Amino acid sequence: MTMLSLSSSPHHHNRRDTGQVMRIVCYATIPGILANIWFFGFGILIQIALAIITALVTEGVIMELRQKKTERVLKDYSAVLAALLLAVSIPPLAPWWVIVIGTFFAIAIVKQLYGGLGYNMFNPAMAAYVMLLISFPIQMTSWLPPLSIAEQSHTLWDAIHTVFTGFTSTGFSVEQLKVGVDGTTMATPLDEVKTALLQGYTVTEATTRIIFDGAYGKGWLWVSLAYLLGGLFLIKNKIISWHIPGSMLASAALLSLSLFLIDGDQYASPLFHIFNGSLIIGAFFIATDPVSASTTVKGRLIFGAAIGLWVIIIRNWGGYPDAIAFAVLIMNMAVPLIDYYTQPRTYGHKNKASKDS
Amino acid sequence: MFANYDQIIERLSVNQLWDFPGGVHPPQQKSLSNKSNIEFIPLEPTYYVPVKQHIGVEGKLLVAEGDRILKGQLLTASESPFSVPVHAPTSGIVAKITRHVSAHPSGIPELSVIIDADGQDTWIELKPVPDYAKADKSELIERICDAGISGMGGAGFPTHIKTNNSKPLEFLIINGIECEPYISSDDRLMREHAWQIRQGIDILVHILKPKQVIIAVEDNKPEALETMSIACQQKTNYQVVNVPTKYPAGGEKQLVQVLTSREVPSDGLPIDVGCIMYNVATCYAIADAIVEGKPLIERVVTLTGRGLKSPKNVWARLGTPIQSLLLHGNYDASTQSSPRFIMGGPMMGFTVTSVLTPIVKISNCILVPADNELPHPEDERACIRCSACSDVCPASLLPQQLFWYSKSKELEKAEEYNLFDCIECGACAYVCPSEIPLVHYYRQAKADIRNQREEKEKSDKAKIRFEVRTARLQKEKEAREEKYRLASEARKASMNKDGGNAKDKIAAALARAKAKKEAFAKEAENAQSAENIKKKESVSELSDSFALPKTKLVAVDEDAAAKKERVAAAVAKAKAKKVAADEAKKENKEL
Repeated sequence: MTMLSLSSSPHHHNRRDTGQVMRIVCYATIPGILANIWFFGFGILIQIALAIITALVTEGVIMELRQKKTERVLKDYSAVLAALLLAVSIPPLAPWWVIVIGTFFAIAIVKQLYGGLGYNMFNPAMAAYVMLLISFPIQMTSWLPPLSIAEQSHTLWDAIHTVFTGFTSTGFSVEQLKVGVDGTTMATPLDEVKTALLQGYTVTEATTRIIFDGAYGKGWLWVSLAYLLGGLFLIKNKIISWHIPGSMLASAALLSLSLFLIDGDQYASPLFHIFNGSLIIGAFFIATDPVSASTTVKGRLIFGAAIGLWVIIIRNWGGYPDAIAFAVLIMNMAVPLIDYYTQPRTYGHKNKASKDS
Repeated sequence: MFANYDQIIERLSVNQLWDFPGGVHPPQQKSLSNKSNIEFIPLEPTYYVPVKQHIGVEGKLLVAEGDRILKGQLLTASESPFSVPVHAPTSGIVAKITRHVSAHPSGIPELSVIIDADGQDTWIELKPVPDYAKADKSELIERICDAGISGMGGAGFPTHIKTNNSKPLEFLIINGIECEPYISSDDRLMREHAWQIRQGIDILVHILKPKQVIIAVEDNKPEALETMSIACQQKTNYQVVNVPTKYPAGGEKQLVQVLTSREVPSDGLPIDVGCIMYNVATCYAIADAIVEGKPLIERVVTLTGRGLKSPKNVWARLGTPIQSLLLHGNYDASTQSSPRFIMGGPMMGFTVTSVLTPIVKISNCILVPADNELPHPEDERACIRCSACSDVCPASLLPQQLFWYSKSKELEKAEEYNLFDCIECGACAYVCPSEIPLVHYYRQAKADIRNQREEKEKSDKAKIRFEVRTARLQKEKEAREEKYRLASEARKASMNKDGGNAKDKIAAALARAKAKKEAFAKEAENAQSAENIKKKESVSELSDSFALPKTKLVAVDEDAAAKKERVAAAVAKAKAKKVAADEAKKENKEL
């Protein structure tokens, strides 16, 4: 008898594999990265390069240690994506060791120690971000003003120099680069408003500073819009579903709108909250990480909405100006519970799956 | 919750249907094989007819090796309600009755009748039903059973069981969906034999008396839609509907949902929501059986895939080994790195283990994919919980959870997540970016659970057996003890009676002994005194010195006798005492 080739049904398979999915998400960040370079200089590119190299080396070494198929695992691009998302979340001119430590932590501790791709409970990029923020608060909050209002401009070479030595080729420190044309040190729009509110100013008064352009931070609005473009591309190509970003933005907008209507002096408008900080990139690229997000349709709506609420709550009443990472991590913990209670009704059953047996 | 009859009729009349959740759109590839008429193929020299080709139990063999048989002759007899007979596909000789590779993913050999054709292809005498409209319902159902018809759409459920329905029926649904890619056997059958399918439907209507007949055809088969519409246009309660193409719309549960919005209960049948469904090929076979009197011995099989140079549809006799069909399709071995033949479609079909695998009643397609057409599966990657699988699941399951629990053998959890509602359509595995063979895991988990249930049943039975035995032994023991108790009571009763006697006897004996003793003592006294007088006389007569010892001697003798008597009495007394004590002891023990 001739030996026939045997396999289990289905024999058909659509050709989009995990590696492709991850790569497409990486590509979708390109508009946001370009906008970032345009407004804030080349620092982000160096961070991305450092992060990706660290991630690949870390994941490769661990795969070798675990005696897995290293090449095949590296080709799923999940490590690259996690590194990329961490790199775009930290200040562009943060010292090189910040991103290296962060990426190592994301891949080795948050992802691989939990069993590797698919088993990590927390979003690796966000867990690493929180670790860095708590461990190195100065470096992690040294954001630059947009180049258009910075006193000192810097080149790609300056950026490389600064990341590795702390000073530009001409000897300026990051602190000096943070100074705006008006001679004051700049922070992010969210930080500016938070500080101003603490000092007794109103939101309107706070947004008159030169880093603002109306309600939006100069440059930040465009970066957010560019990420939004990439996010919509992902939804259109069915890489992500609309549920998480949709519910996250909607709940953040709703809560901030209610607060804004109650007291417009103390609470910023929904548009301010959506287009400043990392709410957009968080909604489309970070909260949608499939491994650590909810998997049911209803669950995704709840997961996204809860993140949106946490972001606004922490931004308004918490100690940190932005809160995507905290909000995502909090909700990562709730995922098993959400998934359990949002199981869809199976065909031919009256009630939810686990309850009618 | 679900639409009622009138709402459904209203929507159907404007071809406005419902939808089922999920589903996928794999490339259709129907045009490979559906361009030309169904071909007849020459007779085979040898046919391999498996005795069991349906869900249920096999019939009893009616032929023996060496028998000469005619085309259409019964090879097995239907003995139980769940068995369906098989028939000779042509005339010839029963060459062998043995185990032959089965049309099953495992290929495990099954009892088959191997027939050498004589080339004459002579029919047995056919007995059509002259006018089915006047025939009795039960007679028609029996005919359907005798013709060996079981569902030809895939599951192979015996048709006569489904047809023997007594519950109220609203919708008789005729399934012409054929949602699996590549397959076009139903498509060609509808295009070429719409009229006979209609005849089959008419017979079913006569038997089942549905309120409405729905003939459902997927909109990727416009020609079949047209021919079926023409064939059914005179019938007012026959509605041909155009169902949007989406896999697996042809699944029984999904089609019921699409046409009526109703869901077949998880542990129920379509009739529980007023529906019964037949495949178009089954209708065709029913018409053959009733109108022509022909049993089911052939079916349309699609030969397709880019591994065949001339894909087509053929009429294949049941029992035809697929190697000859590959020949008819011009198999091009150069397209495959290793030979791979799929029985059924790319989504739910299975790879056969041998080229001698026979065509059976449910074989609708032989798919021969070129290597680049349906690439061999790669190693699975880790599940990233993307839930693409749950988005496409037509049963609204959570395939990633089922996978997780199936893989980790948490079978109870898998059942809790409704593993057994999985219809194994393969949509989840089709979209999985990590290429996890999900259905494979589910099948294994289901098999494991079934095995566990069987084991449990066995152990339950053993437990019951054990308990029954223990109870029986206990009962026997009690019966035995009761018997002893009664016996001992009887003995005690009689002993009490006897015991009284004995005492009396002893007392009497004692009295007797006492009396005797007294009498003896008196006598001895008398004798002594008399002797003493005599002695006195003789002593005085002879001499005193002789007389004394003699007297003394006599006195001693007399003393010894009295003593003996006393000892005997004491012994008797002790004996009686002991008997009484023993009796008391025994009584104590028994109490």
